Amino acid sequence: MSAAAISGLVVPRAGQSVWLVVFSAAAMGFLAVFVLALATSSAQLARGWEAQLAQTATVRVSAPPEEMEMQTALVMEVLRTTPGIAEARVMEPQEQAALLEVWLGPDLPLDALPMPRLIELRETPQGPDRQGLRLRLSAEAPGAVYDDHTRWRRPLVQAAARLKGVAWGALVLIGGVTCAIIALAASASLASNGQVIKVLRLVGARDRFIASAFVQRISRLALFGAALGTAIAMAALWALPELGGDALGGTAQHMAGIGFQGAGWLLPLLVPPVAMGLAFLASLATAFHVLRGVT
Amino acid sequence: MIVFDGVSHDYGGGALFRDVSLRLEGGSFHFLTGPSGAGKSTLLKLCYGELLPSSGTITLMGQNRRAMTRDQLAEARQRIGVVHQDCQFLDHLTVAQNGGLPMTATGRRLLDADLGDLLVWVGLAEHAEALPPTLSGGERQRAALARAVVAAPSLLLADEPTGNLDWDMSQRLLLLMIELNRMGTAVVIATHDLNLIRFAKAHVNARVLRISARKLTMAGAEL
Ligand SMILES: Nc1ncnc2c1ncn2[C@@H]1O[C@H](COP(=O)(O)OP(=O)(O)OP(=O)(O)O)[C@@H](O)[C@H]1O
Ligand SMILES: [Mg+2]
Repeated sequence: MSAAAISGLVVPRAGQSVWLVVFSAAAMGFLAVFVLALATSSAQLARGWEAQLAQTATVRVSAPPEEMEMQTALVMEVLRTTPGIAEARVMEPQEQAALLEVWLGPDLPLDALPMPRLIELRETPQGPDRQGLRLRLSAEAPGAVYDDHTRWRRPLVQAAARLKGVAWGALVLIGGVTCAIIALAASASLASNGQVIKVLRLVGARDRFIASAFVQRISRLALFGAALGTAIAMAALWALPELGGDALGGTAQHMAGIGFQGAGWLLPLLVPPVAMGLAFLASLATAFHVLRGVT
Repeated sequence: MIVFDGVSHDYGGGALFRDVSLRLEGGSFHFLTGPSGAGKSTLLKLCYGELLPSSGTITLMGQNRRAMTRDQLAEARQRIGVVHQDCQFLDHLTVAQNGGLPMTATGRRLLDADLGDLLVWVGLAEHAEALPPTLSGGERQRAALARAVVAAPSLLLADEPTGNLDWDMSQRLLLLMIELNRMGTAVVIATHDLNLIRFAKAHVNARVLRISARKLTMAGAEL
């Protein structure tokens, strides 16, 4: 029998610590996958909002009806000659109506209302000199207001960034708790196997051999548990949008927001090996600590 | 091999023995006797480094015990075979796996045939696949001896190895130890059994150490 084979045998297979390790690794793996999903979707959300809002702006032209056409033409002229603006387009009245419909309902007597004219801008990545643009607009067409959406963008992006920060913090916590539980399980396992350690030391086994026998066992259990938890969590995430769509109606959109996209599904596959690595380190430290108490 | 220089040991309730000086040379054969509770097992534990002396110096395989690292102690023990008085095993492994442990747990190659021969010699061939808790007291002692000698150690420390055995089996095991001693292994056997000592003296140049009244003395020629 080889050393590798005996090393897999010297630690008894039974014991409560087995279930402690498997169950806690599974629970932590499950949570880790969810939090990972939260972290990646909030990052994605932040990026999405940022991208959607960053390169768009509007100019709102309010003027008495008889001046509206002229002011709009003046504004368009200013915009055409402003560097940093890729495209400017006057919105059709129907489009504006569609936007308002969401808020005010479909039966709006639009013609009767004094509606400002909206000009939609697409900016180049560098964008225009915003301060200069505002000054020129107020000089040429006093009724025109430039709005680069900063007001909307900042809190949204901040919220998403905070959510991402919270998610990463939670991941670190989960890792820490996993380490602590595995270390506890390892010391329970070592304590209940005092006889094993004593006999192995008696026959001349080095600490490294004894520790690695325990560490091997515990890391494998942790890998198994974390893989189980990860699989369950991934299946749950996979099922989430459908569940939301059928059963919860309106919240479907919201639920569908947490999850992975495309290659992102590979990310949770890192959870089991990371759990195993943490279990390895935690149980190794514990094993050497316990072994120092046995001659 | 092992040198005691002015060694005392004290578990906390007064010295068990004082100022013991002793040299165990390679190839020597010693018996260790003395009344129960005199400290025979304690002396053997000092020899394989499980205990540190309260005072004095112990040199194990050329190294001061106090200065040895844990790995150095493990290496020294790879050259020492120990039969513990209460024969400790890994209860979830078979007798054969326990017997091979000094080799397999230290990365040394063990031939199945060698282990098989050894188990036959100690009369445990049929119990090779049994678990230690199912063995009788005498069978456990034989398994412990098999484990102690499997790595052909330079030093064999046996604590009451024949305590639970009938006379025939005691002789058989003693002959095994004498055989090992002829091949160069130093042997120390702690025992109360004077017949065993007499039997050994007929085959080998054995010396008898005696612990009593806190002293270690060389027993006289009366044995
Ligand atoms: N771990 C310990 N802690 C405290 N006292 C101990 C310890 N081990 C042994 N003793 C005491 O030391 C004394 C010597 O014990 P030891 O086992 O060395 O005796 P022994 O000569 O081997 O006896 P026996 O012939 O009965 O095996 C005993 O009185 C015992 O109670
Ligand atoms: Mg004893």
